Amino acid sequence: MSLHTLSLKRLAAGLRAREFSSVELTRLLLARIEAHQPQLNALISQTGPSAMQAAAAADGLLARGGGGPLTGIPLVHKDIFCTEGVRTTCASRMLDNFVAPYDATVVAKLKAEGMVMLGKTNMDEFAMGSSNETSFYGPVRNPWNLKRVPGGSSGGSAAAVAARLAPFASATDTGGSIRQPAALCGVTGFKPTYGRVSRYGMIAFASSLDQGGTLTVSAEDAALVLRAMAGFDPRDSTSVEQPVPDYVAGLDQPLSGMKIGLVREFFEKGLDPDNERCVRAALRVYEKLGAKLLEVSLPNLALSVPAYYVVAPAECSSNLARFDGVRFGHRAKDPKDLMDLYKRSRGEGFGAEVKRRIMTGTYVLSAGYYDAFYIKAQKVRRLIANEFEQAFTQVDVLMGPTTPTAAFELGSKTADPITMYLNDIYTIGANLAGLPAMSIPCGFSQDLPLGLQLIGRHFAEGRLLSAAHAYQRETDWHTRVPPGYE
Amino acid sequence: MTPEQIASIAHLARLAIDEAELPRYQESLASILSFVGDLERAQTQEVSPMAHPLTGLVQRLRPDVVTETDAHELYQANAPQVAAGLYLVPKVIE
Amino acid sequence: MNNETWETVIGLEIHAQLATKSKIFSASATTYGAPPNAQANLVDLGYPGVLPVLNQAAVTMAVKFGLAVSAQVTPLSVFARKNYFYPDLPKGYQISQYELPIVARGHMDIVLEDGTTKRVGITRAHLEEDAGKSLHEGLGASSGIDLNRAGTPLIEIVSEPDMRSAREAVAYMKKIHTLVRYLEICDGNMQEGSFRCDANVSVRRRGTEKLGTRAEIKNLNSFRFVEKAIHFEVARQIDIIESGGKVLQETRLYDPDKGETRSMRSKEEANDYRYFPDPDLLPVAVDAAFIASVRATLPELPDEKAARYASAFGLSAYDAAVLTASRELGDYFEAVVREFREDPKLAANWVMGELSAALNREGIEIGASKLGPARLAGLLRRITDGTISGKIAKEAFEAMWASGEDADAVIASKGLTQISDPAAIERAIDEVMARSPGQLADYRAGKDKLFGYFVGQVMKATGGKANPAQLNELLKKKLAG
Repeated sequence: MSLHTLSLKRLAAGLRAREFSSVELTRLLLARIEAHQPQLNALISQTGPSAMQAAAAADGLLARGGGGPLTGIPLVHKDIFCTEGVRTTCASRMLDNFVAPYDATVVAKLKAEGMVMLGKTNMDEFAMGSSNETSFYGPVRNPWNLKRVPGGSSGGSAAAVAARLAPFASATDTGGSIRQPAALCGVTGFKPTYGRVSRYGMIAFASSLDQGGTLTVSAEDAALVLRAMAGFDPRDSTSVEQPVPDYVAGLDQPLSGMKIGLVREFFEKGLDPDNERCVRAALRVYEKLGAKLLEVSLPNLALSVPAYYVVAPAECSSNLARFDGVRFGHRAKDPKDLMDLYKRSRGEGFGAEVKRRIMTGTYVLSAGYYDAFYIKAQKVRRLIANEFEQAFTQVDVLMGPTTPTAAFELGSKTADPITMYLNDIYTIGANLAGLPAMSIPCGFSQDLPLGLQLIGRHFAEGRLLSAAHAYQRETDWHTRVPPGYE
Repeated sequence: MTPEQIASIAHLARLAIDEAELPRYQESLASILSFVGDLERAQTQEVSPMAHPLTGLVQRLRPDVVTETDAHELYQANAPQVAAGLYLVPKVIE
Repeated sequence: MNNETWETVIGLEIHAQLATKSKIFSASATTYGAPPNAQANLVDLGYPGVLPVLNQAAVTMAVKFGLAVSAQVTPLSVFARKNYFYPDLPKGYQISQYELPIVARGHMDIVLEDGTTKRVGITRAHLEEDAGKSLHEGLGASSGIDLNRAGTPLIEIVSEPDMRSAREAVAYMKKIHTLVRYLEICDGNMQEGSFRCDANVSVRRRGTEKLGTRAEIKNLNSFRFVEKAIHFEVARQIDIIESGGKVLQETRLYDPDKGETRSMRSKEEANDYRYFPDPDLLPVAVDAAFIASVRATLPELPDEKAARYASAFGLSAYDAAVLTASRELGDYFEAVVREFREDPKLAANWVMGELSAALNREGIEIGASKLGPARLAGLLRRITDGTISGKIAKEAFEAMWASGEDADAVIASKGLTQISDPAAIERAIDEVMARSPGQLADYRAGKDKLFGYFVGQVMKATGGKANPAQLNELLKKKLAG
C-alpha cells in the first residue's frame, strides 16, 4: 500500500483500524521528504526525532481506543507559523536563528488533535511573493516540472502536498498565497473567511488581509482539518465569535439549485486559452450536477491589484518594524550607533522584495501621500467589497480561473515586480473583502495543472467545501500525482 | 522618484540600501507607484475607507486580570545581546 | 513673568498611567519596580506573531475621565499606530488613538490664589500604551532596555493652549492630578512616573492673534519643574526674538540641576509618524448604557465638593480648592468639622496651615498624619472656648503631634491654659509699667510703636499665656493713663 498516495480521510481510517501505524506512516514520509528535498527544496526545517515521538504517542492513544479523526496524521507547517522550540524563519535571513518560544494557536490546535509535525515548509520571504523565489533558503520547485515555480507565497506547502510528502500542509493567504500555489501544483487550497482562523502566532504580513488555511489533495481532506483549525481565539481581536460547523458532515449537501456566478471580468484579456478551456469544462460539470450559471459583473475588481499593493505594503511596513536586531532576529556585527544597528540589521536581514514593499508601504503612509494612496485604496476596497456583496444577492458562489496561466519558469518574472503582482489578479479581491475562497484542480495545460477558483459569502466555508467535493466526486483531476512522485 | 526620495524613505524605514542598489529601487518603486496610480480614476466620493473586511464588528474587551508570569529567561534566549536582564543597544544620548 | 509686551501661551499634554492591574493590550502586571523585563511578555516584547487584546478597565477609566471633564465620549473610537523607531518601543510603533479619540472636547475650571477662576479647554483625551525604559549608566558603550513599562495603559490629556502663565499651568496640572486621583484612575505618583507632563510653550506680542512658534518641553514630573521650566523657556524665547532670531519648533528637556531647558538631540529630526488605523484592533464601542453605568460610579468630584465647602462652611473659592486637592484631605477636613462645628473657617485654616506644614516637613501624606481629625478638633475647641490662645495652640499642636496625647492632656502637663483673669493681667501690666518709665513716657509722648514693647513684656511676664485680646484692651486703657 503506497501510504503516501492515500487521502487524509483514508489514512485516518487506516490508522484507526490499525492497518498501519502512525510511526510507519511518519517514517515513510520523513524518508520521502529527505529524498526529494534536493530537487524540490520544499522544506526549511525537518523535525524527524520529535515527529517519531509524536507518532509513537499517537499510536499509543489510538491503541487505547482514544484519539480523534486527526490523531497520528502527519503534517507540515508553513514556516510562518510559530512552533514552540522549533526554528521559525519566515524564509528570511532576519529570522534564520529564531526559535519560537510559543506555538501559534493553529499549531497548538492541531497538536492537540494528535497530528504529527514533520517539518516547516519553504515560502516566499515574509509571505511576499507569488512564486516562492524570494526565500532566503532558495526557491521551491514545482514537482510537475522542476524548471517551474510552484507559486507563492505558500510554495513549499503546495509542493509538499503535491509531491505527497504530507497529506496536509498549513499555509497562509494574503493575496492568493494558498490558492495560487494550489492551482499551479494541482492541489486543493482553502482560504477561510477573515476572522475564521486565529492569526495568533502567524507572523503578520498584512494584518487585515492575512488568513491561515489548508493545502490538501481534496476538499474532503480540507474539511477534516479546517474543522479543527477554525474557531474563536480570545488572543486574536480580529477572531470572530462564530461557532464552527461540522464541515465534514456538510460535505454531501446536494448541489442542485445552486447559483454560480461567472465574473465577467475574470474571463477578459490576459486569461490563457487552455486555462479558459479547463475552467469552462469544469463549469459544465457543475451544470450537469444541477447548478445554474449566471453572469455577474464586478467592474471595480480591476482595481483590486493596485488597491492591494497599497494596503498590504502599508500594513507590512509597520508589522515588520519590530525586526530591529534588539530582542530577536538578525543583528548586524559591531554597530557603531543605534542608527547603524537598525539600518544594517534590517538591510542585511531583509531581501530585496521585502525591502521594496516596506519602502512602498512607508511611502504611501507618509505625510502628503496618505490620503491619495492609503485612504483612496481603502475606499476602493470598500467599493470592491460592496460589489461582491451585491453579486451574492444574486448568486451563491462565484467561480472562475485561479490564475492567468499555469506555472511559469523560474526566473521568468523576477525582473519587473508588476508582472509578478499581476499573478494575483483573480485572487486578491477575496482577501480585500474577507471572503472565503478556494482553488481546486480542473485540468492541465501542457502537463501543468490549472485551478478553478470558488468564492463564497462570509462564513460559507461549508458551502464551498461541499460544492468542491461534488465536483471532485465527478472528476479525478485532484487525484493526479506528478510523474516521479507516485 | 528621485534618489533623494528613495534615500529619505529608506531612512524613515531604517533600511540600509547600497549606493549601487539605489537606482533599482528607484525604478521599481516608480513603477509600482505609477501602477497604483490607477486608483485615482475610481469614483469614491460616496464611500468611506474600509480598514477591516468585516464591517460592523467592534473590539472585544478583556477582563483586567494578570495571568502572565516572569518568563524573561525563555524570551531572552533569542536576544542577541543581554546584560543583567536588559536588552542592549549602542548607547543612546538624549 | 508679567510682561506688557509679551504674552505667554501654554498648552499641556499630560500622560497619566491608568491604575489597571494588567496592561492595556496584554495580561502582564503593571506593578512598579519589578526586576528588568520580568513583567514583559511576548505581546509586550513585540514578538513575531503576537496580537493585542484591549483591557476593559482601561476603557472604563477613560470614560470616567471624560465624564468628569464634561466631555463627549466618542461612541466608536479607533486605535491607530504611531510609527517610529526607538529602543524602548518594541514593535516600532506605539498603539495610540489619532483621528477618533475616546474622549472629545471637554474643560476643567481652575481657581487661582487671588480667587479668580479660569476655564481651561481640554481638546481631547485618548488611550495609548506606554513605552519601556532605557538605562544609560553603568553599561559601558551600551544602553539597556527594560520593557516592564511597555504596554502600561496611559491616558493622554491634551489641553487647549489656554494658559497664559506658569501659575495657570501649574494650577491646571494640579487640578488634573487631583481629579485623576479622585476618580481612582491614576495614583498620581510623579516620582514613579505615573503622571507626566509635556508643556508646549510659545510667546507672542500682546495683542496679536497668531500663535508664536512653540517648543515642547517633555517629561516634566513635578509641579515645581513645570513652573521653573516654563519661566526659563519664556525668557529664552523672548530673548531670541528680541535679538532678531527665530524660535525653533523643537522638543526640549528640562535640566533641574542647571535650571534650564535644552534641545533633545536624539528627537531633533521631525518624525513622520505615518498614523493609520491599527488593523489588529477593531473600533471601540461605548454605548449610552455603558456611559450611564460609569456615570453612576463617579464620586463627588473636586469642583462639586469645593462648591459645597464654600457654601456650607463659608470658605473662599481658593481655600475650598486647596482643601479639595485630594479626596483624603477633604475627608480629613470634613471629619474635623463634624466634631467641631463652631468655626469651620478656623478648622480650614488649621488644616491648610499647621497640619499641612507638619505633613510637608515629614514628607508624609494625610493618611499618615500623626494627628487625627478628632484630636485636632479637640485642640480647636480649646481655642474657641478661650482655654488657650491661637498662638499657644501652635505649641500645643507640636506637642500633640510628637506625643500622641490629646489637647487637654498637653495643656495640663505644659500648663498652657491662658490667663484670662483681668486682675492677674492688670497686675502684670502694672509691674511692667513700673519698671519701664522711659518707654512709658515715650509712648505717652506719641511713640505708638512702643505698644508692641509693652505687649511683649507682659507676655514674657505671663509666660506667653496672657489672653491676647484682654491684654490688648487692658493695656490700652492703662497706658492711656
